[in-house]
Amino acid sequence: MKNKKALFHIVKREALPWYQAWMIRGAAILLALIVCSLVTIIVTGLNPLSLYKTMFYGTFGTNRKTWVLFQKLAILLGISLAVTPAFKMRFWNIGAEGQVMAGGLACASVMITLGETIQSNALMLLIMLVVSIAAGALWGFLPAFFKAHWNTNETLFTLMMNYIAIQLAAYFIIIWEVPKGSGKIGIINQKTRMGWLPYLGGKQYAIIILLVAILTILIFIYLKYSKQGYEIAVVGESERTARYAGIKVERVIIRTMILSGALCGFMGMLLVGGTDHSLSTELVGGRGFTAVMVSWLAKFNPIVMILTSFLLVFMQLGAKEVATNFYLNESFSEILTGIILFFIIGCEFFITYKIQFAKSGKEA
Amino acid sequence: MKRFLAIVMCLLMVFAVVGYNKAAKADTVKVGFICLHDEQSTYDLNFINAAKAACEKLGVEMILKTGIEEGIGCYETAADMADSGCIAVFADSFGHEDYMIQAAQEYPNVQFCHSTGTKAHTENLPNYHNAFAAIYEGRYLAGVVAGMKLNEMIEAGKFTAEEAKVGYVGAFTYAEVISGYTSFFLGVRSVCPTATMEVTFTGSWYDPTAEKEGAQKLIQDGCKLISQHADSLGAPSACEEAGIPDVSYNGSTKEAGPNTYLISSRIDWEPYYEYAITAAMNGTPIDVDWTGTIATGSVKLTDLNDNEGVVAAGTAEKLAEVQAALEAGTLHVFDTANFTVNGETLTSYLADVNTDPAYTPDTEVIADGYFHESEFRSAPYFDLQIDGITLLDTKF
Repeated sequence: MKNKKALFHIVKREALPWYQAWMIRGAAILLALIVCSLVTIIVTGLNPLSLYKTMFYGTFGTNRKTWVLFQKLAILLGISLAVTPAFKMRFWNIGAEGQVMAGGLACASVMITLGETIQSNALMLLIMLVVSIAAGALWGFLPAFFKAHWNTNETLFTLMMNYIAIQLAAYFIIIWEVPKGSGKIGIINQKTRMGWLPYLGGKQYAIIILLVAILTILIFIYLKYSKQGYEIAVVGESERTARYAGIKVERVIIRTMILSGALCGFMGMLLVGGTDHSLSTELVGGRGFTAVMVSWLAKFNPIVMILTSFLLVFMQLGAKEVATNFYLNESFSEILTGIILFFIIGCEFFITYKIQFAKSGKEA
Repeated sequence: MKRFLAIVMCLLMVFAVVGYNKAAKADTVKVGFICLHDEQSTYDLNFINAAKAACEKLGVEMILKTGIEEGIGCYETAADMADSGCIAVFADSFGHEDYMIQAAQEYPNVQFCHSTGTKAHTENLPNYHNAFAAIYEGRYLAGVVAGMKLNEMIEAGKFTAEEAKVGYVGAFTYAEVISGYTSFFLGVRSVCPTATMEVTFTGSWYDPTAEKEGAQKLIQDGCKLISQHADSLGAPSACEEAGIPDVSYNGSTKEAGPNTYLISSRIDWEPYYEYAITAAMNGTPIDVDWTGTIATGSVKLTDLNDNEGVVAAGTAEKLAEVQAALEAGTLHVFDTANFTVNGETLTSYLADVNTDPAYTPDTEVIADGYFHESEFRSAPYFDLQIDGITLLDTKF
């Protein structure tokens, strides 16, 4: 047998100093932008500078665009915060989409069915809050319960729960549609504004941004300084160690997933009561999955998640502005976002691993 | 340290906001158009073409935003257009309506015009308007073409007069769809009195697979001719494969069905855009509900398929004759003498014209011997189940 030598090896790095890791990330973003502009020039013949200018205009160009940016940032960040405790525990919860939808559906059901009977908006908001959180928590509890007791696969289970939530929403949309047969609910309580989150200082999204900011701090403290946060970290590192240390792993799994689901349900309420004031199957729009990426990219650090979710939202809105301003197909913004994500996720590989090329002659 | 960096970058974000804001300036007249999808969708393409033509004709700047969801994004886009100095904003999809109203409330000096919506006449907002076209006239005419084709096939001995069954692929059990297939059927029956119809619903405005399967199901069921109210090429391609004549919608599908495509009807939005933009420029009021007709050029038929033997002989002459009668007002599509409901001729019907969650019937729409479609509001409200039409499924 011939002794074939590999051209290169992939070797795990020792932990990089933080500034080097961030330099790699910075370089990745730069590279992504260069590739984006190359693609843009080749495909459309546009000047890349005007591309970036448009991206910036699409996100910070006007007060309104900036509010939209921060609203979208807040929603994505909130959902990311919600999935973080589960992922830190290494519970592969890809059910945020469904958990948010369950919360949103519950919230819409309250707004629609009680919109005329309840007169006080504060009471209405309280009921919406309780019901949405309960629905989200239930959607988180079920896969955790089955996982803890029968060791079912949580990835498949949470994924299935997404479809159930979305189909349930589709079913109720047909029941609540206005006018008949249209398949649309429209804005709920548009005249009375029952169940709408209050506008702070006349700004629709201020309350969402504020609430998510508070949530960020709370989750940061919870994960870093609370006993439960510590238990999550231990279970995530090694279930056996956790058991040995006397942690009731099943309880931690169920408790954490209820928390994750409840937070998702809360985000569903913010979406229905705070932005859309309606329910559609597109309510969450894939953000339950994007949130997983935000959380992982930030290494489960809530403060860093502000940055990663900002980056993603900035790219999405910017790319969308580019697509529509230059009359490009909608898919073009997805291509740009795809390129950017490819580089950002790809660079994490080079932060964790390094490539060693085989030296000639000698053993590598 | 890492956290410090994160905080610094967050602050930078905030400063970037403050630094970049600049005021919009208004030189030329600007008009905004909001579309649910882009040119890939025939439905939106129909709007985009009309918008381009109208703006070019009037010399105004067109701001087009495609891919705008039927949610808060529609409100944000409409408001953004108002911010940037548009004098009028148009939206093309039914689900945009409430968000257009939200924007209209906030910008009283900008005109918001929504196609296919139902609420303008009850909202009492001076700057919010609905528009539609009497597309049932176009459907009726397309139905005449279909009926002629059926007659030709009956005469050729392909099937008996009693077997003349038409299939229809609908989207939702929505009044717009019901009005569409009923007017089409009445057109068919005006020339082929023994015709019946079966309707299936897909539960989506655009679902190529469901539409194709729906058409195939109808063909297996013995339908001799297919038409549709859904936006994809699903039904036309199923017809071409099976060699079944097809009447399509929103524009010609001759390429997908060179041997089966007969004719198509569509709404031409250009007359409305021209009218509304001109009114906004002059500061004159825009109709709360604007209904274009075949006489105003808002309802269009494509050219008949000129491939040999596809369309029945004498169709063009018959079509011109019926169209003239419609335009002259001597012929009404929903003449109560031409249809029955549960075996009875209607003399009175309360339709749900004012949109409410309980679907309360509120307006008498039958007078002078016909159903007055699109008169009490622009969007269709004909939702009767007339005899001769069988609904295969109504789950949507």
